[in-house]
Amino acid sequence: MSNSIKIKRGLDIRLKGKAQEQVQDVSLSKFALKPTDFHGLFPKLSARVGDKVKRGSIVFFDKKRDYIQIPSPVSGTVTEVVRGAKRKMLEVRIEVDGSDDFVAFKKLSSAEMNNENVKSNLLESGLWSLIRQRPYNVVANPTEKAKAIFISGFDSAPLTANVDFILQGNEAAFQAGLDALSKLTDGKVNIGVNSDTKSQALLNAKGVEINKFDGPHPSGNVGIQIHHVSPINKGDIVWTVQAQDVITIGNLFLTGEYKPEIIIALSGSEVQNPQYYKIIRGGDIAGIIEGKLNDNDNVRLISGNVLTGTKVEKSGYLGYYNNLITVIPEGNKYEFFGWFVPSSKKHSVYRTAFSWLSPNKEYVLNTNLNGGERAFVFTGNMDKVLPMDILPMELTKAIMVDDIDMMENLGIYEVDEEDFALCEYVNTSKIGIQAVIREGLDSIRKEMS
Amino acid sequence: MKFIRNILDSVKPHVQKGAKFQAFHSMYDAADTLFFVPDVVTTKGSHIRDGVDMKRSMFMVVIAMVPALLFGMWNVGHNHFLSMGETAEFWDVFLYGFLKVLPLILVTYGVGLGIEIAFAQGRGHEVNEGFFVSGMLIPLIVPVTTPLWMVAVAVAFAVVFGKEVFGGTGMNIVNPALLTRAVLFFAYPSAMSGDKVWISESADAISGATPLAELTAGHGAGLSPLEMMIGAYPGSVGETSVIAIGIGAFILLFTGVANWKVMFSFFIGGIAMAGILHAFAGSYPDNTYLQLCPWQHLLIGGFAFGGVFMITDPVTAAQTNTGKWIYGFLGGFIAILVRVLNPAYPEGVMLAILFMNIFAPTIDFYVVDANIKKRLKRAKVSA
Repeated sequence: MSNSIKIKRGLDIRLKGKAQEQVQDVSLSKFALKPTDFHGLFPKLSARVGDKVKRGSIVFFDKKRDYIQIPSPVSGTVTEVVRGAKRKMLEVRIEVDGSDDFVAFKKLSSAEMNNENVKSNLLESGLWSLIRQRPYNVVANPTEKAKAIFISGFDSAPLTANVDFILQGNEAAFQAGLDALSKLTDGKVNIGVNSDTKSQALLNAKGVEINKFDGPHPSGNVGIQIHHVSPINKGDIVWTVQAQDVITIGNLFLTGEYKPEIIIALSGSEVQNPQYYKIIRGGDIAGIIEGKLNDNDNVRLISGNVLTGTKVEKSGYLGYYNNLITVIPEGNKYEFFGWFVPSSKKHSVYRTAFSWLSPNKEYVLNTNLNGGERAFVFTGNMDKVLPMDILPMELTKAIMVDDIDMMENLGIYEVDEEDFALCEYVNTSKIGIQAVIREGLDSIRKEMS
Repeated sequence: MKFIRNILDSVKPHVQKGAKFQAFHSMYDAADTLFFVPDVVTTKGSHIRDGVDMKRSMFMVVIAMVPALLFGMWNVGHNHFLSMGETAEFWDVFLYGFLKVLPLILVTYGVGLGIEIAFAQGRGHEVNEGFFVSGMLIPLIVPVTTPLWMVAVAVAFAVVFGKEVFGGTGMNIVNPALLTRAVLFFAYPSAMSGDKVWISESADAISGATPLAELTAGHGAGLSPLEMMIGAYPGSVGETSVIAIGIGAFILLFTGVANWKVMFSFFIGGIAMAGILHAFAGSYPDNTYLQLCPWQHLLIGGFAFGGVFMITDPVTAAQTNTGKWIYGFLGGFIAILVRVLNPAYPEGVMLAILFMNIFAPTIDFYVVDANIKKRLKRAKVSA
């Protein structure tokens, strides 16, 4: 059975450099796991520098929440632990050594699965880390009860990987993953699919509830889908899993191994031939992009999409939850009367220049802030790109003044940074709304614990 | 442009913190960002940002005011020569008005921006573009004969006590331009209304009564609807021509800079009140205000100007979508109420909008509260 939900508010930003649907294998030798990919993680190493790790053996875990354990994607040696200010652990680097040793976990057919053995298999393999919870968007706590599990079957942000394409050929593993996840909740497993999807993996998925979403970004954000299907009230917990990670979970039960292969898109205006690549989770950026970019050194490399991704250096590594590298030009140059000249190169939701004349044009946007930070002045624009029954400006202000009660009342439990990315994009005051939302989520999580 | 960049870059080290001329940092910064969009890139959050910033959106409002400004300049000259019984060429008329209005603009910007920059320097902020708009609004809503020193005093008062004490643009409760007008109105009433103030250097025998003054005095408006639309009659510099203001409204609404809900509901509110009052016209045949067709109320006085440029100020308006409807409607409603029923003031738009500015947070409070209650109710239902 499927429900249709129409999303009216939002914004599709068309950018140049969409990935062509063809896949190429890229074999990499350097990998890293980044504790910073997991909100609120206090990492403690299980393997030291020089130690040999197998594929699937735990590299680090959380000191306070020992159910969060992060497995090595390859068989190799821990070469370096990169630390930042205050000795904060930033990266644990692993280099492959040519062997393919792996840790064997339990194989379970869908008939054999039950809540207990699914949970213990996921926890043991570290793949529990692929299950995150709302509120707060942190790794789920296995001792808590989720009222439902949500999976978004499409990504609507600019230049993102096509989930239909990624799922192609992985139908069996995807279904096995869904079977496993359905054992973890008394509620439903919900998949939000794009209304025009033809993916057999999604449409023929069994044991799940399918909701069709039609409308602009952020309709593909799982938070928006939850809001429209089963909104989170105070005290509710909903678990979320990314579609590609369902395959990884499925493979664990089908083969008894951690299969870290993922398909990623390399897209953006500075990529020569944007397309998909098959790599191993956590691969090094330089190895992935080598020889694939335009002849321009002044670029921003983003692990993730242009709205929510993380800036990475060439020497960096793909984020744990990301299946996309976007490359766009940096905007670190002065622009003479740039605020005044109606440039056709800039995209805007306001019709003060001429971008409204060409809604289908693909833009090459850079990273310039396009102005200075100001207090909130214009109102009502953020509401237009947030398809939730939430007052974005009021919530943002409540967080800025650290009013916990007001945050709760205005629905902070339902939101995540990514849902406010478009608000940040359209905001003429250039305020970092996503950072504000994260701050709010962190302070309320602290208050609640 | 390379040349300007070089000059700016060579000045930059001298105005940084700790340098000799650090007191001029905000001024430098304002000039720098005026000429160039800085090379600042996004560091966290969204990597790309909309091409429009505060400068551009504020500037759109200024552009939207240009038709009213140009017409106002011509109108100042037109009424002057008319009252003198002279005829003049179009450009002479315009030039006369231009030279009368320009000092108002210069004094307003000079005083206002000076204070803005001083406060920005003190607070270590960038100069906010808010006064871009206020500084253009103020010359348009005062009589052309207003002495410049009065303008300077009123602007200084409004910017300091109406805006900066609250934290600057974005934090103010009332619209600074309207506050300036209110200060002038209450501090120097003789320079703000009456027969003598609307025409610069008229012949003594001629009184330059505005349609509102005529109506208050119990005569008819003395203008046909078409004349009201064109606006070649005495009044504040920018308020008379509904057509010029209409062009501005189109620019504001089309670009999405002003909120159509506020603007639309303001006019609906005005018509509604005027309609109610008009229904009593039969009972009070002496009151010429009641005789006036409801829709003609929207064409005279400051109503159109207030509805397009004043009530739509996003900072002082209600900030929630539902709130905007209520806010705009009540603004128009009260404006006509004051205009018709209060014998002391010929016009009510300024007071109505200032009044609504103060009430906007209250309106928002109830709209936000409704959102909260809905969420709590949902939680109970599902529990």
